[in-house]
Amino acid sequence: MSELDELYQEVILDHNKSPRNFRTIENADRKAEGYNPLCGDHVTVYLNLQDGVIKDISFQGSGCAISKASASLMTAELKGKTAAQAQKLFDDVHRMLTGEANGEGGAKDIGKLAILSGVCKFPARVKCASLAWHTVNSALKGVAEVATTE
Amino acid sequence: MKAVQEISSPPSRRRMFDLARIRGDFPLLARKVHGKPLVYFDNGATSQKPRSVIEVLNRYYSEENSNIHRGVHYLSERATAAYEAAREKIRRFVNARRGQEIIFVRGTTEAINLVAQSYGRASLKAGDEIVISAMEHHSNIVPWQMLREQVGARLRVIPINHDGELVLEEYRRLLNERTKLVSVTHISNALGTIAPVKEIVKLAHEQGAAVLLDGAQAVPHMKVDVQEIGCDFYAFSGHKMFGPTGIGILYGRAELLDEMPPYQGGGDMISVVTFEKTHYNVLPYKFEAGTPHIAGGIGLGAAVDYLDGLDWARLAAHEHDLLTYATQALSNIEGLRIIGTAREKAGVISFVFDHVHAHDVGTILDQEGVAVRAGHHCAMPVMQRFGVPATTRASFAFYNTREEIDVLVKAIHRALKVFG
Repeated sequence: MSELDELYQEVILDHNKSPRNFRTIENADRKAEGYNPLCGDHVTVYLNLQDGVIKDISFQGSGCAISKASASLMTAELKGKTAAQAQKLFDDVHRMLTGEANGEGGAKDIGKLAILSGVCKFPARVKCASLAWHTVNSALKGVAEVATTE
Repeated sequence: MKAVQEISSPPSRRRMFDLARIRGDFPLLARKVHGKPLVYFDNGATSQKPRSVIEVLNRYYSEENSNIHRGVHYLSERATAAYEAAREKIRRFVNARRGQEIIFVRGTTEAINLVAQSYGRASLKAGDEIVISAMEHHSNIVPWQMLREQVGARLRVIPINHDGELVLEEYRRLLNERTKLVSVTHISNALGTIAPVKEIVKLAHEQGAAVLLDGAQAVPHMKVDVQEIGCDFYAFSGHKMFGPTGIGILYGRAELLDEMPPYQGGGDMISVVTFEKTHYNVLPYKFEAGTPHIAGGIGLGAAVDYLDGLDWARLAAHEHDLLTYATQALSNIEGLRIIGTAREKAGVISFVFDHVHAHDVGTILDQEGVAVRAGHHCAMPVMQRFGVPATTRASFAFYNTREEIDVLVKAIHRALKVFG
């Protein structure tokens, strides 16, 4: 598979076209905005937490296929996880996107999110894929300011 | 594109416009990217450099490197002479009256900040108005917002129409006795629009307002004559006109520059320093504190020499042909919308698709060796005006070819195929 095909895999194109959980949550417990000043990508993540578990999660915003698919995959993966598990996943995904998890072991615990591993070959796009994750991180931490990828 | 006048060039050099030869002058154009021949369409961000510029930089550091305006030794005199000769070349290139009106700065951004902080802070007071336009680069917005905070001035914005042209009737309405400064771009980096600068200057001067023009995108494409335009300040960057990065020019009318306080303090900008009082140096040195980018200035002079050797009438005709050809070819692509359709336009095409984001297009084009810019082009208000988050921008230089546009079109089709 070429690097480009690896980046734009069927699953990613599908999540871009029909993003999951692409909606707002009325009266969400947590809400955070993320912004990539380099390209203007913008995402808002909504969360409902119950006893430390993510009961519902959704997002809205505009961005490229990578940022949209990444946000969509993220919401699907995080539903039902605890805040601590989400944090661990954030770290793992970040390592995968920046290429630190190349080789053995790195990506095996992250399930479907491994589909995003092609991004690490495109350094200019890492921030596209990590935007939603930075944003959910601030939502979980209850940070008031806009998360950025910088 | 506007008709471009021929510029005077040394009679010893024949002006030429032989595309294959010109491309051969730019070593980088011969390289491959991702195994494909490079198609460089990101000239709006920075241009490539001719061999003569690269060699001048190399020679300066290998044979002439020395500090200027102070040494009594041979090398310092050589470097000073080369640096001042470059200033004279640039003066001639934009037809300024005097060399002292050519201030070396880091680039267009610094030139605009210099005017805002020196001229602006000294001349504007609370309630005064600064007029900019809706198609400015952030570098011609933010310095004025900073000045606004400092002196309590007001920022007014000339709107653009759906083609990306300035609405001159609105501009006339904005001008009033409180207008002290008009600062607009000569050519929009995001849209390619060529602004009617002579008209803008005339109307501003009738109100007694000074005019700064951001010429970063203009000088590489058209003959600029600051006296003919009549502007008070003209800012441009070396690296977009085939010279080095880190060097640029602020042209200012001597009468204004003379009255303005220094922008930065330091060496070279003084004549006498005691702890009680400092006497500032004469123009242009008053605005050139510290050791400048000597190699950059000399390199920019070499870029001017290179441009002087080209036939500008044919260069402009070629760039216009590229724009027409590309506009036609891209318009034929289904779903593609061109942002910026001014009648007077330079070789810039910004475009969007409803279902494919500019970044994804940019990444796929890159895999085909085509370098474009994807994003907001440091002109977020322009993106907001057209209701798009970002565009893909192909920006041409005289060394580009129709064949390269064909490669671009093929690559766009590949992107569309990926996104079905």
